[in-house]
Amino acid sequence: MASILRFRKLCYVEPAVKCGFESFDDKSSKINQKLDKKEEDVPESPGIRLKREEGLSALHPVVLVPGIVTGGLELWEGRPCSDGLFRKRLWGGSFTEIFKRPLCWLEHLSLHNETGLDPPGIRVRAVPGLVAADYFAPGYFVWAVLIENLAKIGYEEKNLHMAAYDWRLSFQNTEIRDHALSRLKSKIELMYITNGYKKVVVVPHSMGVIYFLHFLKWVETPPPMGGGGGPGWCAKHIKAVMNIGPAFLGVPKAVSNIFSAEGRDIAYIRAMAPGVLDSEILGLQTLEHVMRVSRTWDSIVSLLPKGGETIWGNMDWSPEEGHACYLSKKRNFQPSLSDNNVNNSDAKRGFRVKDPVKYGRIISFGKAASTLHSSKLPAVNPKELLDTSASQNFNPACGEAWTEYEEMSRESIQKIAADKAYTTRTLLDLLRFVAPKMMQRAEAHLSHGIADNLDDPKYSHYKYWSNPLEMKLPDAPNMEIYCMYGVGIPTERSYVYKLSPTNRCKSIPYQIDSSVHGEDDSCLKGGVYFADGDESVPVISAGFMCAKGWRGRTRFNPSGIATYIREYRHKPPSSLLEGRGIESGAHVDIMGNVALIEDVLRVAAGATGKEIGGDKIHSDILRMSERINLRL
Amino acid sequence: MSFLRRRKVTTDSSKSSNSESTSGKADDKRKQNKSSKRQSYTSKRWSCWDSCCWFIGFICSMWWFLLFLYNAVPASIPQYVTEAITGPLPDPPGVKLKKEGLTVNHPVVFVPGIVTGGLELWEGHHCAEGLFRKRLWGGSFGELYKRPLCWAEHMSLDNETGLDPPGIRVRPVSGLVAADYFAAGYFVWAVLIANLAQIGYEEKTMYMASYDWRLSFQNTEVRDQTLSRIKSNIELMVATNGGKKVVVIPHSMGVLYFLHFMKWVEAPTPMGGGGGSDWCAKHIKAIMNIGGPFLGVPKSVSGLFSIEARDIAVARAFAPGFLEKDVLGLQTFQHLMRMTRTWDSTMSMIPKGGDTIWGGLDWSPEGGGPGDFNCSAKKLKNNSTRNTGQNSNRNLGDMKSVNYGRIISFGKDVAEVHSSRIERVDFKDVVKGAKLAASSICDIWIEYNEMHNDAIKAVADYKIYTAGSILDLLHFVAPKLMARGGAHFSYGIADNLDDPKYGHYKYWSNPLETKLPNAPDMEIYSMYGVGIPTERAYVYKLTAQHDCYIPFQIDTYADGGSEDSCLKGGVFSADGDETVPVLSAGFMCAKGWRGKTRFNPSGIRTYIREYNHAPPANLLEGRGTQSGAHVDIMGNFALIEDIIRVAAGANGDDLGGDHVYSDIFKWSERINLKL
Repeated sequence: MASILRFRKLCYVEPAVKCGFESFDDKSSKINQKLDKKEEDVPESPGIRLKREEGLSALHPVVLVPGIVTGGLELWEGRPCSDGLFRKRLWGGSFTEIFKRPLCWLEHLSLHNETGLDPPGIRVRAVPGLVAADYFAPGYFVWAVLIENLAKIGYEEKNLHMAAYDWRLSFQNTEIRDHALSRLKSKIELMYITNGYKKVVVVPHSMGVIYFLHFLKWVETPPPMGGGGGPGWCAKHIKAVMNIGPAFLGVPKAVSNIFSAEGRDIAYIRAMAPGVLDSEILGLQTLEHVMRVSRTWDSIVSLLPKGGETIWGNMDWSPEEGHACYLSKKRNFQPSLSDNNVNNSDAKRGFRVKDPVKYGRIISFGKAASTLHSSKLPAVNPKELLDTSASQNFNPACGEAWTEYEEMSRESIQKIAADKAYTTRTLLDLLRFVAPKMMQRAEAHLSHGIADNLDDPKYSHYKYWSNPLEMKLPDAPNMEIYCMYGVGIPTERSYVYKLSPTNRCKSIPYQIDSSVHGEDDSCLKGGVYFADGDESVPVISAGFMCAKGWRGRTRFNPSGIATYIREYRHKPPSSLLEGRGIESGAHVDIMGNVALIEDVLRVAAGATGKEIGGDKIHSDILRMSERINLRL
Repeated sequence: MSFLRRRKVTTDSSKSSNSESTSGKADDKRKQNKSSKRQSYTSKRWSCWDSCCWFIGFICSMWWFLLFLYNAVPASIPQYVTEAITGPLPDPPGVKLKKEGLTVNHPVVFVPGIVTGGLELWEGHHCAEGLFRKRLWGGSFGELYKRPLCWAEHMSLDNETGLDPPGIRVRPVSGLVAADYFAAGYFVWAVLIANLAQIGYEEKTMYMASYDWRLSFQNTEVRDQTLSRIKSNIELMVATNGGKKVVVIPHSMGVLYFLHFMKWVEAPTPMGGGGGSDWCAKHIKAIMNIGGPFLGVPKSVSGLFSIEARDIAVARAFAPGFLEKDVLGLQTFQHLMRMTRTWDSTMSMIPKGGDTIWGGLDWSPEGGGPGDFNCSAKKLKNNSTRNTGQNSNRNLGDMKSVNYGRIISFGKDVAEVHSSRIERVDFKDVVKGAKLAASSICDIWIEYNEMHNDAIKAVADYKIYTAGSILDLLHFVAPKLMARGGAHFSYGIADNLDDPKYGHYKYWSNPLETKLPNAPDMEIYSMYGVGIPTERAYVYKLTAQHDCYIPFQIDTYADGGSEDSCLKGGVFSADGDETVPVLSAGFMCAKGWRGKTRFNPSGIRTYIREYNHAPPANLLEGRGTQSGAHVDIMGNFALIEDIIRVAAGANGDDLGGDHVYSDIFKWSERINLKL
């Protein structure tokens, strides 16, 4: 499956390679040439090169903060079915237990539905140490390449720390249950002292970015809620935060994940082999199980798009509009800078120019709903949704309720679909309606809005700490914040949904309409609208805070911490031998990107953002940020 | 496999179809001819090539089948089998105590001993390519076989500094994985961890204080800041667990390491950790030493002197000549010796306290007197319900003559006669000189190569070495090593503990030269196995060939007369846990620290918990649940139960105070040490 996906990705991304079968011959000859070339000069790893050419050596201690899903989890206490798995990995590693005892596995990975903590009798804990996230599965590196290069210039366990945490929990709960934040604080303090009072360089990835934002606020807040480090802790201990693939403002993927437990990949499988996932062979019901488990994980809610319509766009407007999607091939066609009326330009250019994509509608039911002007659509009234009382005709024949969808009546399910299109603002109401328990639980820990007045005392509550739009950065004028992410890969931005055809028990009533495609160069493919990004995080989420929200002295960044944007244009690996590529920009593969590793090494060895070249931008992030009207 | 099989089938079928088509055309006779020809042809081929293929195929398919079975069978089958044979197993202590209602209380710190902690590579030479962050020590030891020289090179430290050689960084593995299993299936801490987890312990309340056990203790701080990490982690665990003090569980050399830590943490900053004088009182509830070699182990002497211990001596007795052979140019010993001599930590376990503790020429605490340890190893192992009184009476005659004080004697007769009848020639004045011929031929450098033959002979002529003179001997044969070690360790007894010189870190790991911290509420346990013959003294001889070889070796032909003798294969055994003699493990808690003494000014309470060794009843039991052996004791249910109770809040009196099988109190009486 993975290889199919990879191939497909190549087709989307690499304009030069035509994805027809007739081109295979030239391609293979090209590969051979490259192979020959490669054997002549094996590329030196950046660590060795920088050590030799520039004499870099370990200076600042480095803290790695892994993201969601990449960290390993191991069993400490379990039900009888998990006999013999004590301190064995349930997540990460070889995943053999999924195949041996899938239901047992799912049961142990679930959290408690109401508290979001351990279910009784089960303790699954994060694997500590560098092994936690160096490799996700055998051969699939996450941090290993970066660690190896850091080691080349002299890093070792005393000045390199992996801040592993249980990524299923909400951030504050990692402290409540495992003291993960306290451990991180103590570790940073220790490394600061034992390495000759050198501040640490923090390298968070993906969700680790907002986890570390949470940490920054937590550590300076007085106990009991915070770590009691006092103001100035960050200024004293942290030199730079080098966010890799940061999901500052959330990712649309999280929406589809919560809504119907599917992302692009699953929608694609469904299109390729209709019926496999939906069939009841062996009583699998994979997606339903996945949804049941993942809805107990608070952390997914932390990745929902933040900032509402101001950031992500409304029914007829989005910051990315005008983005050209050359998904299949490059064309000489200049994207229209749609500063004039959208409707007018439509009328003028007819169907030679495609309709600017309405990215703001994160979920639309039917293709039409995703393209029509908002005035032609029924207005969404979230209040109405919430007023509709749920759980009217719970079907007892279906037995124990698995997903919360079963507690919804058929009418309300259809009513949701009838409302046609949802933006990030109405989306939250939608999710509150379809997943009330999860949202209620998680929203006690996380928030997705924009603060009007950051001095409001309510913002000292921990639920706002991981939202960059509702927190102030610490007072640390010498700190630096980097946003480092890949660009040039189509990234899920919004979805076209439909009602599921089946009406059986325990099924998810919605699914991505994978039959919907745009024209050749359209951003719409298989029911998903794509925008620029690193395959998981759209540019707008990764770059906006560094490009505008925190640039200079703003109300979110009162001490004027310097921010730098480092973008890495995606180049797929030129041959199979190269593995996942040394110039990749994909969300996880970027951890093997040579340019990124060099940047991290230089900063760890003492360089500042200016010395490594300041901003390096390939995408439209600055222009997109311009369009976002946020009071700073 | 399937490929091979298919190939055979297809050739068969094509052949037969060929023959059919031809036979259709021909008459019956020719057909018969042809078919008989074909038969003979195939049977001829079948005899050799095909059976070979079949054999390979058979093996492969069996392999896959067994592998499949192995994976398909539920993990609990071996347990069912065991239970069917021996009746239901007792509950593991964790489960049992959970039923009693014990839960997590005090955080727990493990301090692993020498050799058991894993080491991994962070930077290496070219030969170690691809081993980045792979275990060099612990785990499967695969690299030892694949590239032994490279492995030995990377495991060695710098001969002068005792730190990393240039271009090589080998570092301890961190976390619980560092020492839960030493090699696959050979548990060290894993059983204890699993049982603690039963009552609710997890990573936030358990901490493995792994350190590089090759370094001297202070160097772990200098190079890796290990002591600072331990301090910071203990502080963190106390803070995050509601101010509950930690229970520290050191094992083997970890005991000395933790003694060093306690002094370090309270010493002021440049040399120490700057925790202040009440750090231990504030953070530590109890120290539960498992098999602690407080006063060193005689094994380390033979290890340093000739890199052999009983195990190797036994191997030599069984297959004489094998280990000495130059097969494949291995020279195993010389390589091992060169490697281990760069490890400062081996010197931390040289017997401490000199003749006062370990006995002089004609006197030793364990030697002589009725009721002493019974050396008949076989009796012990076969007969678990032995009658001590009977045995000891029978052994009376033999026992009197053992002179344990003579840790090294040259020749069996020398070991047994009274000191007044031995002629001894002092070796210290002999000029070592340079060995002219040898050094160019010997490709492996050990310090023995620099010694003159006369010097070697002089060493043997001195005949007898006691714990005190052993140090002189080692200084003589390995001056560089001892000079390096002397900067980090000390082996004496302090006359006046208030002497400012005892502020130096080299005294911190010697319990006879340090004061325990001022922590009257703390408890110190000494938990060790008894009932296993343990190396206590050696009979040596000169090796036949000198050049390029280690000139001394244990005289494996020196055996006591009777079966019950304490002398076996050149080694005098005493009671202990197979590695550490009772004397070393128990003396401090039995006498040195008992009550308020000058070594224990605040009167920290001490408890002795001995565990009598009972070998595993059958093979299925693995290494036994009542073992008293040095490492296997970590799976001893009684010991685990004691630890869990203390971790859950009990104190030493709740456990039942002392629990003694050996004669440790009597022996301690005989030791004349100012307290």
